[in-house]
Amino acid sequence: MKRRWRADLRGVYIIWYRDVLRFWRDRPRIVAALAQPALFLFIFGSGLSASIGGAARGSFGGDYVRFLFPGVVTMAVLFTSIFSAMSIVWDREFGFLKEVLVAPVSRSAVAIGKALGGSTQAVLQGSVVLLMAPLVGVTLTPLLLVEVIPLMFLLAFALTSLGIAIASRMKSMEGFQVVMNFLMMPMFFLSGALFPLQGIPAWLQVLTRLDPASYGVDPIRRVMLAASGLPDEFARGIELLGRPLAMAEEIGILAVFAALMLGLAVRSFAAQE
Amino acid sequence: MNVIQVDRLVKRYGSFTAVDGVSFDVRPGEVFGFLGPNGAGKTTTISVLCTLLRPTEGRAIVNGFDVAHQSDEVRRSIGLIFQDPSLDIQLTAQENLDFHAFIYDLPARESRARQEELLRMVELWERRNDRVRTFSGGMKRRLEIARGLLHRPRVLFLDEPTLGLDPQTRRHIWQYILGLREKEGITLFLTTHYMDEAEYCDRIAIIDHGKIVALDTPARLKAGVGGDIITLRTTDNERAAAELQARFGLEAARQDGMVRLEVPRGDEFIPRLVQDLTSQIVAINMSRPTLDDVFLKLTGRAIREEEGSAKDTMRLGARMWGGRR
Ligand SMILES: Nc1ncnc2c1ncn2[C@@H]1O[C@H](COP(=O)(O)OP(=O)(O)OP(=O)(O)O)[C@@H](O)[C@H]1O
Ligand SMILES: [Mg+2]
Repeated sequence: MKRRWRADLRGVYIIWYRDVLRFWRDRPRIVAALAQPALFLFIFGSGLSASIGGAARGSFGGDYVRFLFPGVVTMAVLFTSIFSAMSIVWDREFGFLKEVLVAPVSRSAVAIGKALGGSTQAVLQGSVVLLMAPLVGVTLTPLLLVEVIPLMFLLAFALTSLGIAIASRMKSMEGFQVVMNFLMMPMFFLSGALFPLQGIPAWLQVLTRLDPASYGVDPIRRVMLAASGLPDEFARGIELLGRPLAMAEEIGILAVFAALMLGLAVRSFAAQE
Repeated sequence: MNVIQVDRLVKRYGSFTAVDGVSFDVRPGEVFGFLGPNGAGKTTTISVLCTLLRPTEGRAIVNGFDVAHQSDEVRRSIGLIFQDPSLDIQLTAQENLDFHAFIYDLPARESRARQEELLRMVELWERRNDRVRTFSGGMKRRLEIARGLLHRPRVLFLDEPTLGLDPQTRRHIWQYILGLREKEGITLFLTTHYMDEAEYCDRIAIIDHGKIVALDTPARLKAGVGGDIITLRTTDNERAAAELQARFGLEAARQDGMVRLEVPRGDEFIPRLVQDLTSQIVAINMSRPTLDDVFLKLTGRAIREEEGSAKDTMRLGARMWGGRR
C-alpha cells in the first residue's frame, strides 16, 4: 500500500515534470503565443475603446484596454490549458502514451500529473502575458502577483481537467477542431473577458453564468483593477440570483467545478484501453 | 516455475474474437516466439500479458502474478518494446531513459550506471544528449530496447522488434537480443512474421486467426513438414503431377506455375526424378523446409499476404516520419 502511494507520487511528479520540460524547451512558442493576446489588447482593444469612448465615456471611463487586460490574460490561460490537455491525443498518436500506460503507476496518478502539468504551463503562459501590464498602465506589484497567480492556477486546473476528460475519449486529432469551435471559443466569448456581464440580454446572461470561465475572469479582474487603483465598477461580482457574488463565492464555485472536472478527468482517463 | 503461463486466453473486441483460447507456457531463460501473419492476434496477446488489455476469458500468469488482478506487480517485473514507436521525440535519448527510470522507481545512482551500460550496448552513448527527433528508425528502435531493459525486467516482450528495418540493422538488433540472454539471463517473448527471425527462437508458437496451430522448436516444426521440398517447372505441369502420382506415389501440389512435392531425401531423389520422369523438366529446385513451409502446410496459406504488406508499409511510415511533428 505504501509502495503504491510512493509510486503514484513519483508518477504525478514525472508526468508534471515532462510537461514543464517540454513547455520550456519550446520557448519560441511561448513568445509566438503572445501574438494573439497582443492583437486583442492593442488592436481590438484600442480600436473599440476609441469608437465607444465618446458614447460610453461614463461607463468605461476610456479605460477599455485596462478592462480588457485581465480578460486577455485569462484567454492565454484558457487556451494553453485546453491545448496542453490535448497533448494526450498527440501522445496517443505518437505512441508515447503507451509507455506511460504500461508503467507501474495508477491511471489516476497519470491524470493528476497531467492536470498539474497543463496548469503549470497555462500559469507560465499567463504570467508572460501579464508582463505586458506596464504597457496598458497596470502596475505589477508583488502583492498583485501573489493574488493573481493562484487564481490563474485554479482556473487553469479546472480547464485542464476538463480538457483531459475530453482528450481521453478522443481517438485522433480530428476532433480537435470541434473542441476548439464548440468549447474553447464559446467559453472565451462568454467568460466576460471581452465585455462586462452586466446589462446584457437575458439569454446571454444565462449562458455567461453557465460558463465556468466567468468565475475565473471576474476575480482576476477584481484584483487587477484594485491594484491599478481604478474604479472597480465593472468588477463588482457576477450577479447570480439577483445579487452580486462576493469574490470568495466566485472562487468557491470555480473550486467546486475544478474538483468535479478532476474527478471526471481521472475517470475518463482510467476508462481508456 | 514457468515465467509465463497462459490458460485458454480469450480476447474479444466487441463481437470480434482476436485471441481465441490460446494456452502456452514460457520457461525461464527461453526465447519464445509468436509467429503469425498480420491480424493473427500477436499484439493483442502481448497487450493482455502486459496488462494493457483485460482478458475477456481465461487466465494469464506472468512472473507468478495474475495479469487481471495484480497489474502493478506484473508491470514492475516486465519490459516491453512496442510494435509502434513510443518515444518522446521532443526529448533527448537520456531524458527518455530518465523518465523511464523515474517512473519505475530506479535509484538515481543505479540508473546512471545502467543507462551508460545500455546506451553503450546499443551504440547510442555518443548520441545521448541529442533529441530523439533527429534519430533514424533503427536508432529509435535501439533506444527503445535500451529503455525496455533499464529496470532489469525478468521478461522482455518484443513486439516485432525489427519491423521495417534494413537487414544490417536487423542483424544488429538480433545480436543485442541474443546477447541479453547470455548476459542478463532474461526470458524473451517476441512476435515476428519474419521467418528467418523465428529461427532464432528456442520455441515457436504459430498463431493464425487467434489460435495456436502449432508449438514446438523450429527444428521439430520443420521436421513435421515431411522432408525436403522439391519444386519443378515442366512443359506440362498437370501431366507431370499425374505422372508423379502414378510412377512415384507422390502427392504433388500445383502452385504458381510450379509443381511442389515433399520427399524425405531430396538430394537422392532428384537424380531418379530426372532420369525417370517422361514429362520434360524446365527447371528444378530443392529446399530444406522453412518455417514458411510449416505455416503453409498448417494453414494452406503463405504467411505474407498482399494486404498485410500495405499495413506494414504504413507502420514503417509511422516509424520513419512519426518523428516530424
Ligand atoms: N482496438 C481494436 N478494436 C477492434 N479490433 C481490433 C483492435 N485491435 C486489434 N483488432 C483486431 O484484432 C485482430 C488482431 O490484431 P493484432 O494487432 O493482435 O494482430 P497482430 O498479429 O499483431 O498483427 P500485425 O502483424 O499486423 O501486427 C485484427 O483483426 C485486428 O483488426
Ligand atoms: Mg501486431
